[in-house]
Amino acid sequence: MSEQQQQHHVEDLYADASHWHVNAGDETIHAKRIGGRFRNYRWYGSSLWILFFITPFFRWNEQQAILFDIPHRQFHLWALTIWPQDVWMLSLILILLAITLFAVTAIAGRVWCGYFCFQSVWTDWFTWLEDKIEGNPIQRRRLDAAAWSMRKVKLKTYKHSLWLVISLLTAFSFTAYFADVYALWQSYISLEAPLIAWVTLGTIVLCTYVFAGFMREQVCFWLCPYARIQSVMIDKDTELPTYDVARGEPRGKLRAQDSASHGDCIDCRLCVGVCPTGVDIREGLSEGCITCGLCIDACDSIMDKVNRPRGLIRYASQKEMQGIDLPPLFKRPRVITYAIVLCLSLGGIIYGLSHIPPVELSVIHERQPLFIQMSDGSILNKYTIKAVNKTPHTLEFQLRITGLDAVKIKLPDGDSIKLEAKGTIPFHVYLRAKPDQLKQARTKIVFILESNNTNDKIKLKKKSVFIGPGR
Amino acid sequence: MAKKDKAPQVADTGHEWDGIRELTNPPPRWWMISLHASWIFCLVYLVLYPSIPLLHGSTKGLLGWTQIKEFKEAVAENDAIKAPYLKKVADMDGQALMADPAMRNFAESSAKALFGDNCAACHGAGGQGAAGLFPNLADDDWLFGGDFDTIVESITDGREGSMPAHEGMIEDAQINQMADFVLAAAQGKASKQGFIRFDENGCSGCHGEDAKGGVINDLGSGAANLTDGIWRFGGSREDILRTIRYGVNEDPADVPKTRIAIMPAFGEKLSPEAIKMLAVKVHQFGGGK
Repeated sequence: MSEQQQQHHVEDLYADASHWHVNAGDETIHAKRIGGRFRNYRWYGSSLWILFFITPFFRWNEQQAILFDIPHRQFHLWALTIWPQDVWMLSLILILLAITLFAVTAIAGRVWCGYFCFQSVWTDWFTWLEDKIEGNPIQRRRLDAAAWSMRKVKLKTYKHSLWLVISLLTAFSFTAYFADVYALWQSYISLEAPLIAWVTLGTIVLCTYVFAGFMREQVCFWLCPYARIQSVMIDKDTELPTYDVARGEPRGKLRAQDSASHGDCIDCRLCVGVCPTGVDIREGLSEGCITCGLCIDACDSIMDKVNRPRGLIRYASQKEMQGIDLPPLFKRPRVITYAIVLCLSLGGIIYGLSHIPPVELSVIHERQPLFIQMSDGSILNKYTIKAVNKTPHTLEFQLRITGLDAVKIKLPDGDSIKLEAKGTIPFHVYLRAKPDQLKQARTKIVFILESNNTNDKIKLKKKSVFIGPGR
Repeated sequence: MAKKDKAPQVADTGHEWDGIRELTNPPPRWWMISLHASWIFCLVYLVLYPSIPLLHGSTKGLLGWTQIKEFKEAVAENDAIKAPYLKKVADMDGQALMADPAMRNFAESSAKALFGDNCAACHGAGGQGAAGLFPNLADDDWLFGGDFDTIVESITDGREGSMPAHEGMIEDAQINQMADFVLAAAQGKASKQGFIRFDENGCSGCHGEDAKGGVINDLGSGAANLTDGIWRFGGSREDILRTIRYGVNEDPADVPKTRIAIMPAFGEKLSPEAIKMLAVKVHQFGGGK
């Protein structure tokens, strides 16, 4: 290492430290809004959230299409009803969502944060309104600094009431996933909604208003765990909005005389001015960067004006910037691993959803006493059967026992088992066997329930035991 | 690059030693907000809830909240939910109650606590009784009858079986003969001669000529079925001899070794609905008729 290089490294150390700036929300970031390609992508991403507001109004079979019915412990998703017993799929869904996030992040950075995340999207809506009402960033800063006047009160009131309206709509839409939307509207308007509905509404209104109106990028910096997780998912292959240092440096103001010795960056700071999290992309990848691409729009617009090629800031990986070719997607270990986990969890969910059993059956052997000796010398075992009939109609079953011959079955009502629709009423089944049938204290048996209706073809099996005094 | 020195912009306390100033950096705003919110919360809480301990109790608080009150409200809420079901239980007879799966399940579930509080001490949590001391409620061998209404009657009014002490009433040889007979009868091997002696000794008056006990012979005597393998007071020869010699529920002052078998009456302690629900549970143990 030459002396000059050594010197260079030492300078780099200080350069790093001087860039160290903690955004603790001391001042509000007033980002400039300009149009462009990525600005449009952001609108497309946020328009998906309109679904969030209208989905509760979709109906299916005279019922809300998506309804998380917590009191009845049933989740309705169109034709599907998910019961608590099917909730194992939730873990797969969570894995699927997490892995999708990881995979996308490994390939193209924080796509979720930049274009889809509700925090980014709602903040974007709120600042759009702010921009429309209070004017551009310069006017907004001036207004913030100005003394209270009628105009300031008017503008602020206008802005905050619109923010609150959005917050209220957001909160209402959220609660509408947990109760019938029409009944909910009615109960809110007539002030007869249950306490939990008011508390939920209030909490979401407050969170929306505070998070999107005041905390904004602070949530991404200091509250959001996904932001931190995603930051470590990024590697040298990941495509990210990146400043082309080689092309841009040394940066300098656009002046006729010395522009030849400068790079393409004219140090206009527009990329910083439009950044919703206040990041200077030219200092490298920052934890605050949500990869929304607005700096690319800004820089491209400037490059057009100064007649230089676009792409001084562009989506590129660290390797690409160093002139190394990117390996194809299927040759990256991360991508392969994520793809496998993704497929497995997706397969599990599809299997789970298509194989929701119509009846959930559990057979519980009575433990106290384990068996009863009857007056004729036979041994009685008592079982509690809890069966959830998830279908919308009554089912009728015949019970057979295998594993113990000539066992007498006593059912609670008649000679078949009737399960009411969507019900779970536990009942007892008694089995009776002669002691000489029992070769050991514990005999393994199987309960087999077969549907009487041949169209259903439901056959349920459950293992249990028959316990006797032993020999 | 120029070093950033923020210090000069910050206000100081006016204290300065050797060029070192003591700055007044205010705590972060969120921290101050939390601080003020906390003491305001404390004040509001102090006023609204019982909080300041005094010599006799504490301040009551404007809301008048107490733990006991909250508990009672929760109990009342629970009772209100149960009330329509209990009304149904009161209106239904035993047969209807047992035939309705939902009501049967409600009764059995509700009776779980009742059984634990009132019955399980003697009869066991699963109704299995205690050998020789307390009868098993789960089997189908009943002293007074295992149909729903009789079970209700047994719980309401209690039961007190009786069997005279035969010591001094009949010869000791006869007592031994009867013990042998009972042992044989339990295995279905009793001789004809034995049944004749059983009748001669006056046993059949309560146990029936076939020795199958008071229920099967419809005698209402509460006498046990001697022909099955289930024993009220133990099935060993000594146990049987003791039962015959000293009887059941004789006055312990006269016959100290008599068997004591008293089921207390619960009619005054428990409501009719509670007793009905208990009867469902007992019936469901497995031996109900």
